[in-house]
Amino acid sequence: MLKFLHEFGNYWILMGKVFSKPENYSVYYRQTLREFISLGLYSIGIVVIISVFMGAVITLQTAYNTDNPIYPSYLIGLGCRDSIILEFSSTVIALILAGKVGSNITSEIGTMRVTEQIDALEMMGVNSASFLILPKITATLLFNPFLTLISIVVGIAGGWIAGVGAGVVTSSDFIYGIQYAFIPYYILYSMIKTVFFAFIITTVAAYHGYFVEGGSLEVGRASTKAVVYSSILILLTNVILTQLMLS
Amino acid sequence: MIRVKNIYKSFDGRNVLDDISVTFEPGMTNLIIGSSGSGKTVLLKSIVGLHEADSGEIWYEDTLFNTLNFHERKEIRKQIGMLFQGSALFDSLSVEDNVRFPLDMFSGLNTREKKERVNFCLERVNLAGTNKLFPSELSGGMKKRAAIARAIALNPRYLFCDEPNSGLDPITAILIDNLIKEITEEYNITTVVNTHDMNSVMEIGEKIVFISEGQKCWEGNSKEILNSDCKLLNDFVFANALAKQLKNTGV
Ligand SMILES: Nc1ncnc2c1ncn2[C@@H]1O[C@H](COP(=O)(O)OP(=O)(O)OP(=O)(O)O)[C@@H](O)[C@H]1O
Ligand SMILES: [Mg+2]
Repeated sequence: MLKFLHEFGNYWILMGKVFSKPENYSVYYRQTLREFISLGLYSIGIVVIISVFMGAVITLQTAYNTDNPIYPSYLIGLGCRDSIILEFSSTVIALILAGKVGSNITSEIGTMRVTEQIDALEMMGVNSASFLILPKITATLLFNPFLTLISIVVGIAGGWIAGVGAGVVTSSDFIYGIQYAFIPYYILYSMIKTVFFAFIITTVAAYHGYFVEGGSLEVGRASTKAVVYSSILILLTNVILTQLMLS
Repeated sequence: MIRVKNIYKSFDGRNVLDDISVTFEPGMTNLIIGSSGSGKTVLLKSIVGLHEADSGEIWYEDTLFNTLNFHERKEIRKQIGMLFQGSALFDSLSVEDNVRFPLDMFSGLNTREKKERVNFCLERVNLAGTNKLFPSELSGGMKKRAAIARAIALNPRYLFCDEPNSGLDPITAILIDNLIKEITEEYNITTVVNTHDMNSVMEIGEKIVFISEGQKCWEGNSKEILNSDCKLLNDFVFANALAKQLKNTGV
Protein backbone atom coordinates (compact mmCIF):
# COMPACT_ATOMS: atom_id res chain seq x y z
CA MET A 1 0.00 0.00 0.00
CA LEU A 2 2.80 2.37 1.00
CA LYS A 3 4.65 1.45 -2.16
CA PHE A 4 1.55 2.16 -4.19
CA LEU A 5 1.15 5.63 -2.64
CA HIS A 6 4.83 6.29 -3.29
CA GLU A 7 4.45 5.35 -6.95
CA PHE A 8 1.25 7.33 -7.23
CA GLY A 9 3.01 10.40 -5.83
CA ASN A 10 5.97 9.97 -8.17
CA TYR A 11 3.61 9.63 -11.11
CA TRP A 12 2.02 13.00 -10.41
CA ILE A 13 5.37 14.66 -9.74
CA LEU A 14 6.47 13.41 -13.15
CA MET A 15 3.27 14.77 -14.70
CA GLY A 16 4.06 18.12 -13.12
CA LYS A 17 7.43 18.09 -14.87
CA VAL A 18 5.85 16.96 -18.15
CA PHE A 19 3.29 19.75 -18.32
CA SER A 20 5.62 22.69 -18.38
CA LYS A 21 6.41 25.17 -21.11
CA PRO A 22 8.50 23.59 -23.90
CA GLU A 23 12.01 25.04 -24.20
CA ASN A 24 11.80 25.35 -27.92
CA TYR A 25 8.52 25.23 -29.81
CA SER A 26 9.86 24.24 -33.20
CA VAL A 27 11.69 21.24 -31.75
CA TYR A 28 8.58 20.31 -29.76
CA TYR A 29 6.47 20.57 -32.88
CA ARG A 30 8.83 18.32 -34.81
CA GLN A 31 8.86 15.73 -32.04
CA THR A 32 5.07 15.72 -31.97
CA LEU A 33 4.90 15.09 -35.72
CA ARG A 34 7.30 12.19 -35.28
CA GLU A 35 5.10 10.70 -32.57
CA PHE A 36 1.99 11.10 -34.73
CA ILE A 37 3.66 8.82 -37.20
CA SER A 38 5.21 6.27 -34.87
CA LEU A 39 2.40 6.05 -32.32
CA GLY A 40 -0.59 6.92 -34.54
CA LEU A 41 -0.12 6.08 -38.20
CA TYR A 42 1.76 2.88 -37.44
CA SER A 43 -1.16 1.69 -35.30
CA ILE A 44 -3.75 1.92 -38.06
CA GLY A 45 -2.83 -1.48 -39.48
CA ILE A 46 -3.39 -3.45 -36.31
CA VAL A 47 -6.58 -1.51 -35.51
CA VAL A 48 -8.02 -2.29 -38.95
CA ILE A 49 -7.18 -5.99 -38.81
CA ILE A 50 -8.57 -6.50 -35.32
CA SER A 51 -11.68 -4.45 -36.01
CA VAL A 52 -12.60 -6.36 -39.17
CA PHE A 53 -12.41 -9.70 -37.41
CA MET A 54 -14.08 -8.58 -34.21
CA GLY A 55 -16.91 -6.95 -36.21
CA ALA A 56 -17.35 -10.21 -38.07
CA VAL A 57 -17.44 -12.32 -34.91
CA ILE A 58 -19.79 -9.96 -33.09
CA THR A 59 -22.22 -10.12 -36.03
CA LEU A 60 -22.13 -13.89 -36.32
CA GLN A 61 -22.60 -14.37 -32.59
CA THR A 62 -25.47 -11.91 -32.44
CA ALA A 63 -27.03 -13.77 -35.37
CA TYR A 64 -26.73 -17.21 -33.80
CA ASN A 65 -27.95 -15.97 -30.41
CA THR A 66 -31.03 -14.36 -31.91
CA ASP A 67 -31.77 -17.23 -34.23
CA ASN A 68 -35.45 -17.12 -33.42
CA PRO A 69 -38.23 -15.89 -35.74
CA ILE A 70 -39.62 -13.51 -33.13
CA TYR A 71 -36.50 -11.31 -33.38
CA PRO A 72 -36.42 -9.24 -36.56
CA SER A 73 -33.13 -9.80 -38.37
CA TYR A 74 -32.20 -6.11 -38.47
CA LEU A 75 -31.42 -6.55 -34.76
CA ILE A 76 -28.19 -8.18 -35.91
CA GLY A 77 -27.01 -4.93 -37.48
CA LEU A 78 -28.15 -2.93 -34.49
CA GLY A 79 -26.41 -5.25 -32.03
CA CYS A 80 -23.22 -5.19 -34.04
CA ARG A 81 -23.27 -1.38 -34.23
CA ASP A 82 -23.87 -0.82 -30.55
CA SER A 83 -21.34 -3.33 -29.24
CA ILE A 84 -18.71 -1.89 -31.52
CA ILE A 85 -19.37 1.75 -30.70
CA LEU A 86 -19.96 1.32 -26.98
CA GLU A 87 -17.29 -1.13 -25.97
CA PHE A 88 -15.22 -2.62 -28.68
CA SER A 89 -13.76 0.36 -30.53
CA SER A 90 -12.91 2.27 -27.39
CA THR A 91 -12.11 -0.26 -24.68
CA VAL A 92 -10.86 -3.32 -26.53
CA ILE A 93 -8.83 -1.23 -28.95
CA ALA A 94 -7.40 0.67 -25.98
CA LEU A 95 -6.30 -2.62 -24.41
CA ILE A 96 -4.62 -3.63 -27.64
CA LEU A 97 -2.91 -0.26 -27.92
CA ALA A 98 -1.79 -0.50 -24.30
CA GLY A 99 0.15 -3.54 -25.47
CA LYS A 100 1.48 -2.11 -28.68
CA VAL A 101 1.96 1.60 -28.04
CA GLY A 102 2.50 1.26 -24.29
CA SER A 103 5.33 -1.24 -24.49
CA ASN A 104 6.87 0.77 -27.31
CA ILE A 105 6.91 3.92 -25.17
CA THR A 106 8.24 2.17 -22.07
CA SER A 107 11.05 0.45 -23.90
CA GLU A 108 12.04 3.57 -25.82
CA ILE A 109 12.16 5.82 -22.77
CA GLY A 110 13.55 3.06 -20.54
CA THR A 111 16.40 2.39 -22.95
CA MET A 112 17.17 6.09 -23.04
CA ARG A 113 17.27 6.04 -19.25
CA VAL A 114 19.65 3.09 -18.86
CA THR A 115 21.98 4.28 -21.62
CA GLU A 116 22.23 7.72 -19.96
CA GLN A 117 20.55 9.48 -22.89
CA ILE A 118 18.09 11.06 -20.45
CA ASP A 119 21.00 12.23 -18.30
CA ALA A 120 22.54 13.69 -21.43
CA LEU A 121 19.35 15.66 -22.10
CA GLU A 122 19.25 16.91 -18.53
CA MET A 123 22.89 17.94 -18.78
CA MET A 124 22.15 20.08 -21.79
CA GLY A 125 19.57 21.90 -19.70
CA VAL A 126 16.59 20.23 -21.38
CA ASN A 127 13.57 19.24 -19.28
CA SER A 128 13.80 15.60 -20.33
CA ALA A 129 10.40 14.59 -18.97
CA SER A 130 8.58 17.25 -20.90
CA PHE A 131 10.71 16.86 -24.01
CA LEU A 132 10.19 13.10 -24.24
CA ILE A 133 6.69 12.62 -22.88
CA LEU A 134 4.62 15.68 -23.78
CA PRO A 135 4.81 15.11 -27.57
CA LYS A 136 3.67 11.53 -27.05
CA ILE A 137 0.71 12.64 -24.95
CA THR A 138 -0.28 15.28 -27.48
CA ALA A 139 0.01 12.85 -30.36
CA THR A 140 -2.01 10.05 -28.78
CA LEU A 141 -4.72 12.31 -27.34
CA LEU A 142 -5.30 13.81 -30.76
CA PHE A 143 -4.83 10.71 -32.86
CA ASN A 144 -6.49 7.92 -30.88
CA PRO A 145 -10.03 9.28 -31.46
CA PHE A 146 -9.30 8.83 -35.17
CA LEU A 147 -8.23 5.28 -34.53
CA THR A 148 -11.52 4.71 -32.72
CA LEU A 149 -13.49 6.17 -35.63
CA ILE A 150 -11.60 4.00 -38.07
CA SER A 151 -12.25 1.00 -35.86
CA ILE A 152 -16.00 1.73 -35.72
CA VAL A 153 -16.30 2.05 -39.49
CA VAL A 154 -14.12 -0.93 -40.29
CA GLY A 155 -15.70 -3.05 -37.55
CA ILE A 156 -19.21 -2.48 -38.85
CA ALA A 157 -18.01 -3.16 -42.38
CA GLY A 158 -16.49 -6.41 -41.15
CA GLY A 159 -19.81 -7.30 -39.59
CA TRP A 160 -21.63 -6.63 -42.82
CA ILE A 161 -19.19 -8.74 -44.83
CA ALA A 162 -19.43 -11.67 -42.43
CA GLY A 163 -23.18 -11.42 -41.94
CA VAL A 164 -24.03 -11.18 -45.60
CA GLY A 165 -21.27 -13.59 -46.61
CA ALA A 166 -22.45 -16.26 -44.20
CA GLY A 167 -26.04 -15.65 -45.24
CA VAL A 168 -27.30 -14.94 -41.70
CA VAL A 169 -28.68 -11.53 -42.60
CA THR A 170 -29.54 -9.72 -45.81
CA SER A 171 -27.59 -6.65 -46.75
CA SER A 172 -30.65 -4.39 -46.58
CA ASP A 173 -31.70 -5.69 -43.14
CA PHE A 174 -28.19 -5.17 -41.79
CA ILE A 175 -28.00 -1.65 -43.15
CA TYR A 176 -31.47 -0.89 -41.81
CA GLY A 177 -30.30 -2.24 -38.43
CA ILE A 178 -27.22 -0.08 -38.19
CA GLN A 179 -29.36 3.01 -38.82
CA TYR A 180 -32.21 1.99 -36.52
CA ALA A 181 -32.56 3.99 -33.26
CA PHE A 182 -29.10 5.44 -33.69
CA ILE A 183 -27.94 7.59 -30.77
CA PRO A 184 -25.17 9.99 -31.83
CA TYR A 185 -24.25 10.55 -28.18
CA TYR A 186 -22.79 7.04 -28.13
CA ILE A 187 -20.10 8.16 -30.52
CA LEU A 188 -19.21 11.06 -28.25
CA TYR A 189 -19.17 8.70 -25.27
CA SER A 190 -16.79 6.43 -27.15
CA MET A 191 -14.51 9.34 -28.10
CA ILE A 192 -14.35 10.65 -24.57
CA LYS A 193 -13.44 7.23 -23.25
CA THR A 194 -10.77 6.96 -25.92
CA VAL A 195 -9.17 10.22 -24.84
CA PHE A 196 -9.02 9.07 -21.21
CA PHE A 197 -7.60 5.72 -22.26
CA ALA A 198 -4.99 7.39 -24.47
CA PHE A 199 -3.84 9.46 -21.53
CA ILE A 200 -3.57 6.36 -19.35
CA ILE A 201 -1.70 4.33 -21.95
CA THR A 202 0.85 7.04 -22.68
CA THR A 203 1.53 8.36 -19.22
CA VAL A 204 1.61 5.01 -17.40
CA ALA A 205 4.00 3.63 -20.00
CA ALA A 206 6.16 6.75 -19.92
CA TYR A 207 6.25 6.69 -16.13
CA HIS A 208 7.49 3.11 -16.08
CA GLY A 209 10.14 3.84 -18.68
CA TYR A 210 11.33 7.08 -17.14
CA PHE A 211 12.13 5.56 -13.76
CA VAL A 212 13.80 2.34 -14.89
CA GLU A 213 16.97 1.50 -13.01
CA GLY A 214 19.43 -1.11 -14.21
CA GLY A 215 19.78 -2.55 -17.69
CA SER A 216 17.89 -4.09 -20.56
CA LEU A 217 16.39 -6.76 -18.32
CA GLU A 218 14.74 -4.11 -16.18
CA VAL A 219 13.51 -2.29 -19.28
CA GLY A 220 11.74 -5.47 -20.35
CA ARG A 221 10.20 -5.91 -16.92
CA ALA A 222 9.08 -2.31 -16.87
CA SER A 223 7.33 -2.75 -20.23
CA THR A 224 5.41 -5.72 -18.93
CA LYS A 225 4.44 -3.83 -15.78
CA ALA A 226 3.34 -0.83 -17.79
CA VAL A 227 1.05 -2.95 -19.95
CA VAL A 228 -0.49 -4.72 -16.94
CA TYR A 229 -1.07 -1.53 -14.96
CA SER A 230 -2.46 0.47 -17.83
CA SER A 231 -4.81 -2.39 -18.79
CA ILE A 232 -6.18 -2.55 -15.27
CA LEU A 233 -6.55 1.22 -15.12
CA ILE A 234 -8.34 1.22 -18.48
CA LEU A 235 -10.87 -1.35 -17.28
CA LEU A 236 -11.42 0.54 -14.02
CA THR A 237 -11.83 3.87 -15.78
CA ASN A 238 -14.21 2.22 -18.21
CA VAL A 239 -16.56 1.24 -15.38
CA ILE A 240 -16.42 4.68 -13.81
CA LEU A 241 -16.94 6.59 -17.07
CA THR A 242 -19.79 4.31 -18.13
CA GLN A 243 -21.56 4.88 -14.84
CA LEU A 244 -21.01 8.64 -15.10
CA MET A 245 -21.97 9.05 -18.75
CA LEU A 246 -24.67 6.50 -19.47
CA SER A 247 -26.64 6.41 -16.21
CA MET B 1 36.88 27.24 -11.98
CA ILE B 2 34.98 24.61 -10.06
CA ARG B 3 35.41 24.11 -6.35
CA VAL B 4 34.15 21.05 -4.54
CA LYS B 5 34.06 21.21 -0.76
CA ASN B 6 33.57 18.29 1.61
CA ILE B 7 31.27 16.23 -0.58
CA TYR B 8 29.63 13.14 0.89
CA LYS B 9 27.45 10.69 -0.97
CA SER B 10 26.13 7.30 0.08
CA PHE B 11 23.87 4.73 -1.52
CA ASP B 12 21.76 2.60 0.85
CA GLY B 13 24.00 3.45 3.80
CA ARG B 14 27.22 2.63 1.90
CA ASN B 15 29.61 5.58 1.62
CA VAL B 16 30.67 6.08 -1.98
CA LEU B 17 32.09 9.59 -1.62
CA ASP B 18 33.71 10.37 1.68
CA ASP B 19 34.64 13.99 2.33
CA ILE B 20 36.10 14.95 -1.04
CA SER B 21 37.38 18.49 -1.59
CA VAL B 22 39.10 19.57 -4.77
CA THR B 23 39.49 22.56 -7.07
CA PHE B 24 39.48 22.35 -10.87
CA GLU B 25 41.22 25.15 -12.75
CA PRO B 26 40.26 26.55 -16.16
CA GLY B 27 42.45 26.01 -19.20
CA MET B 28 43.86 22.74 -17.97
CA THR B 29 42.92 19.09 -18.03
CA ASN B 30 42.02 17.99 -14.53
CA LEU B 31 42.11 14.23 -14.10
CA ILE B 32 40.29 12.12 -11.58
CA ILE B 33 41.94 8.73 -11.39
CA GLY B 34 41.18 5.64 -9.36
CA SER B 35 40.44 1.98 -9.78
CA SER B 36 37.12 0.65 -11.00
CA GLY B 37 34.37 1.22 -8.44
CA SER B 38 36.33 3.87 -6.54
CA GLY B 39 33.61 6.48 -7.09
CA LYS B 40 34.84 8.49 -10.08
CA THR B 41 31.56 8.45 -11.97
CA VAL B 42 29.57 9.20 -8.84
CA LEU B 43 31.86 12.16 -8.09
CA LEU B 44 31.49 13.53 -11.61
CA LYS B 45 27.72 13.10 -11.56
CA SER B 46 27.50 14.74 -8.15
CA ILE B 47 29.42 17.74 -9.44
CA VAL B 48 26.97 18.23 -12.31
CA GLY B 49 23.93 17.44 -10.18
CA LEU B 50 22.85 14.16 -11.77
CA HIS B 51 23.37 12.70 -8.29
CA GLU B 52 22.41 14.84 -5.31
CA ALA B 53 25.32 14.98 -2.84
CA ASP B 54 24.29 14.21 0.76
CA SER B 55 26.28 17.17 2.04
CA GLY B 56 29.02 19.52 0.93
CA GLU B 57 29.28 22.42 -1.50
CA ILE B 58 29.85 22.67 -5.25
CA TRP B 59 30.84 26.06 -6.60
CA TYR B 60 30.87 27.08 -10.25
CA GLU B 61 32.87 30.31 -10.14
CA ASP B 62 30.96 32.26 -7.49
CA THR B 63 27.70 30.34 -7.71
CA LEU B 64 26.83 27.70 -5.15
CA PHE B 65 25.41 25.03 -7.47
CA ASN B 66 23.85 22.49 -5.16
CA THR B 67 21.30 24.82 -3.61
CA LEU B 68 20.00 26.05 -6.97
CA ASN B 69 16.59 24.91 -8.17
CA PHE B 70 15.94 23.14 -11.45
CA HIS B 71 15.55 26.32 -13.49
CA GLU B 72 18.58 28.07 -12.05
CA ARG B 73 20.67 24.98 -12.67
CA LYS B 74 19.61 24.98 -16.29
CA GLU B 75 21.50 28.21 -16.89
CA ILE B 76 24.73 26.63 -15.66
CA ARG B 77 24.08 23.37 -17.45
CA LYS B 78 23.85 25.15 -20.77
CA GLN B 79 27.53 25.99 -20.26
CA ILE B 80 28.45 22.39 -19.52
CA GLY B 81 29.47 19.80 -22.08
CA MET B 82 29.47 16.24 -20.89
CA LEU B 83 30.81 13.02 -22.33
CA PHE B 84 29.25 9.98 -20.67
CA GLN B 85 31.01 6.70 -20.03
CA GLY B 86 28.73 5.01 -22.58
CA SER B 87 28.66 7.96 -25.03
CA ALA B 88 24.87 8.42 -24.63
CA LEU B 89 24.30 9.50 -28.22
CA PHE B 90 20.62 9.69 -29.15
CA ASP B 91 19.92 6.42 -30.98
CA SER B 92 17.10 7.83 -33.05
CA LEU B 93 19.19 10.67 -34.49
CA SER B 94 22.02 10.65 -37.01
CA VAL B 95 25.47 11.88 -36.04
CA GLU B 96 24.73 15.25 -37.57
CA ASP B 97 21.42 15.58 -35.75
CA ASN B 98 23.04 14.55 -32.49
CA VAL B 99 25.61 17.31 -32.76
CA ARG B 100 22.99 19.77 -33.94
CA PHE B 101 20.61 18.93 -31.11
CA PRO B 102 21.99 21.40 -28.54
CA LEU B 103 22.20 24.04 -31.27
CA ASP B 104 18.55 23.48 -32.19
CA MET B 105 17.52 23.71 -28.57
CA PHE B 106 19.46 26.72 -27.43
CA SER B 107 21.55 28.51 -30.02
CA GLY B 108 19.26 30.68 -32.13
CA LEU B 109 21.56 30.17 -35.13
CA ASN B 110 19.99 29.84 -38.56
CA THR B 111 20.06 26.61 -40.53
CA ARG B 112 23.22 27.42 -42.47
CA GLU B 113 25.13 28.55 -39.39
CA LYS B 114 24.10 25.40 -37.54
CA LYS B 115 25.25 23.26 -40.44
CA GLU B 116 28.62 25.02 -40.44
CA ARG B 117 28.99 24.62 -36.70
CA VAL B 118 28.10 20.91 -36.90
CA ASN B 119 30.66 20.32 -39.63
CA PHE B 120 33.27 22.31 -37.74
CA CYS B 121 32.76 20.20 -34.60
CA LEU B 122 32.81 16.96 -36.57
CA GLU B 123 36.04 17.96 -38.29
CA ARG B 124 37.51 18.87 -34.95
CA VAL B 125 37.09 15.25 -33.82
CA ASN B 126 38.12 13.76 -37.18
CA LEU B 127 34.63 12.61 -38.07
CA ALA B 128 34.08 14.74 -41.15
CA GLY B 129 31.76 13.00 -43.60
CA THR B 130 29.98 10.78 -41.10
CA ASN B 131 27.02 13.18 -40.84
CA LYS B 132 24.39 10.77 -42.06
CA LEU B 133 25.44 7.70 -40.08
CA PHE B 134 23.46 6.55 -37.06
CA PRO B 135 25.04 5.72 -33.68
CA SER B 136 24.45 2.00 -34.28
CA GLU B 137 26.64 2.27 -37.37
CA LEU B 138 29.64 3.73 -35.51
CA SER B 139 32.51 1.98 -33.77
CA GLY B 140 33.10 2.56 -30.07
CA GLY B 141 35.80 5.15 -30.67
CA MET B 142 33.73 6.98 -33.27
CA LYS B 143 30.83 7.14 -30.82
CA LYS B 144 33.07 8.73 -28.21
CA ARG B 145 34.30 11.25 -30.73
CA ALA B 146 30.78 12.05 -31.92
CA ALA B 147 29.79 12.53 -28.29
CA ILE B 148 32.71 14.92 -27.81
CA ALA B 149 31.58 16.84 -30.89
CA ARG B 150 28.11 17.14 -29.36
CA ALA B 151 29.57 18.19 -26.01
CA ILE B 152 31.56 21.05 -27.55
CA ALA B 153 28.86 22.21 -29.99
CA LEU B 154 27.75 25.10 -27.79
CA ASN B 155 31.28 26.17 -26.82
CA PRO B 156 31.01 25.00 -23.24
CA ARG B 157 32.78 26.70 -20.40
CA TYR B 158 33.03 23.40 -18.51
CA LEU B 159 33.72 20.00 -20.02
CA PHE B 160 33.28 16.70 -18.18
CA CYS B 161 34.49 13.45 -19.70
CA ASP B 162 33.83 10.09 -18.07
CA GLU B 163 36.48 7.67 -19.30
CA PRO B 164 36.80 9.13 -22.78
CA ASN B 165 39.18 6.42 -23.93
CA SER B 166 38.22 3.24 -22.12
CA GLY B 167 37.91 0.33 -24.49
CA LEU B 168 39.88 2.01 -27.27
CA ASP B 169 43.15 1.01 -28.86
CA PRO B 170 46.21 2.93 -27.55
CA ILE B 171 46.55 5.09 -30.66
CA THR B 172 42.93 6.21 -30.77
CA ALA B 173 43.01 6.66 -27.00
CA ILE B 174 45.91 9.09 -27.21
CA LEU B 175 44.24 10.87 -30.12
CA ILE B 176 41.17 11.50 -28.01
CA ASP B 177 43.22 12.55 -24.99
CA ASN B 178 45.12 15.08 -27.04
CA LEU B 179 41.94 16.33 -28.62
CA ILE B 180 40.47 17.03 -25.20
CA LYS B 181 43.65 18.75 -24.07
CA GLU B 182 43.79 20.92 -27.20
CA ILE B 183 40.18 22.00 -26.93
CA THR B 184 40.66 22.79 -23.27
CA GLU B 185 43.63 25.05 -23.89
CA GLU B 186 42.23 26.62 -27.02
CA TYR B 187 38.97 27.76 -25.40
CA ASN B 188 40.18 28.01 -21.80
CA ILE B 189 37.65 25.41 -20.65
CA THR B 190 37.57 23.92 -17.17
CA THR B 191 37.89 20.27 -18.08
CA VAL B 192 37.48 17.32 -15.74
CA VAL B 193 38.33 13.84 -17.03
CA ASN B 194 37.76 10.51 -15.29
CA THR B 195 40.18 7.81 -16.24
CA HIS B 196 42.04 4.77 -15.05
CA ASP B 197 44.36 4.76 -18.00
CA MET B 198 47.98 5.48 -17.02
CA ASN B 199 48.82 6.55 -20.57
CA SER B 200 46.36 9.41 -20.30
CA VAL B 201 47.71 10.32 -16.93
CA MET B 202 51.25 10.69 -18.24
CA GLU B 203 50.15 12.29 -21.49
CA ILE B 204 47.70 14.96 -20.43
CA GLY B 205 47.65 15.02 -16.62
CA GLU B 206 48.28 18.59 -15.55
CA LYS B 207 46.36 18.25 -12.36
CA ILE B 208 45.59 14.80 -11.03
CA VAL B 209 43.35 13.72 -8.17
CA PHE B 210 43.58 10.12 -7.03
CA ILE B 211 40.58 8.67 -5.24
CA SER B 212 40.27 5.29 -3.64
CA GLU B 213 37.10 3.93 -2.07
CA GLY B 214 35.54 7.35 -2.18
CA GLN B 215 38.36 9.21 -0.45
CA LYS B 216 40.84 11.60 -1.96
CA CYS B 217 44.26 10.07 -1.34
CA TRP B 218 46.56 12.21 -3.39
CA GLU B 219 46.69 15.34 -5.56
CA GLY B 220 49.47 16.53 -7.85
CA ASN B 221 50.73 16.52 -11.45
CA SER B 222 52.15 13.91 -13.79
CA LYS B 223 55.75 14.64 -12.80
CA GLU B 224 55.10 14.16 -9.12
CA ILE B 225 52.99 11.07 -9.53
CA LEU B 226 55.91 8.67 -9.99
CA ASN B 227 57.56 9.72 -6.79
CA SER B 228 54.62 9.92 -4.44
CA ASP B 229 54.79 8.19 -1.09
CA CYS B 230 51.12 7.19 -1.17
CA LYS B 231 51.10 3.40 -1.14
CA LEU B 232 47.67 3.03 -2.77
CA LEU B 233 48.69 5.38 -5.57
CA ASN B 234 51.93 3.53 -6.17
CA ASP B 235 50.05 0.26 -6.44
CA PHE B 236 47.76 1.91 -8.98
CA VAL B 237 50.50 3.59 -11.00
CA PHE B 238 52.78 0.60 -11.11
CA ALA B 239 50.08 -1.99 -11.60
CA ASN B 240 51.16 -2.95 -15.07
CA ALA B 241 54.15 -5.16 -15.66
CA LEU B 242 56.13 -2.79 -17.82
CA ALA B 243 55.88 0.07 -15.34
CA LYS B 244 56.89 -2.26 -12.52
CA GLN B 245 59.95 -3.46 -14.42
CA LEU B 246 60.98 0.09 -15.23
CA LYS B 247 60.63 1.11 -11.62
CA ASN B 248 62.63 -1.87 -10.38
CA THR B 249 65.44 -1.19 -12.82
CA GLY B 250 65.39 2.41 -11.67
CA VAL B 251 64.54 4.18 -14.96
N1 LIG C 1 22.96 4.45 -8.61
C1 LIG C 1 23.71 3.75 -7.73
N2 LIG C 1 23.11 3.07 -6.72
C2 LIG C 1 23.85 2.38 -5.83
N3 LIG C 1 25.19 2.29 -5.86
C3 LIG C 1 25.84 2.92 -6.84
C4 LIG C 1 25.14 3.69 -7.84
N4 LIG C 1 26.04 4.22 -8.68
C5 LIG C 1 27.25 3.79 -8.24
N5 LIG C 1 27.13 3.03 -7.15
C6 LIG C 1 28.24 2.43 -6.39
O1 LIG C 1 29.21 3.41 -6.18
C7 LIG C 1 30.52 2.87 -6.28
C8 LIG C 1 31.34 3.74 -7.21
O2 LIG C 1 30.84 3.61 -8.53
P1 LIG C 1 31.38 4.46 -9.74
O3 LIG C 1 30.48 4.20 -10.88
O4 LIG C 1 31.58 5.86 -9.32
O5 LIG C 1 32.78 3.80 -9.99
P2 LIG C 1 33.89 4.26 -11.03
O6 LIG C 1 35.05 4.74 -10.24
O7 LIG C 1 33.31 5.20 -12.01
O8 LIG C 1 34.26 2.89 -11.70
P3 LIG C 1 34.57 2.57 -13.26
O9 LIG C 1 35.99 2.94 -13.45
O10 LIG C 1 34.40 1.10 -13.34
O11 LIG C 1 33.62 3.33 -14.09
C9 LIG C 1 30.35 1.45 -6.76
O12 LIG C 1 30.62 0.61 -5.67
C10 LIG C 1 28.91 1.34 -7.19
O13 LIG C 1 28.42 0.08 -6.83
MG1 LIG D 1 32.82 5.14 -14.02
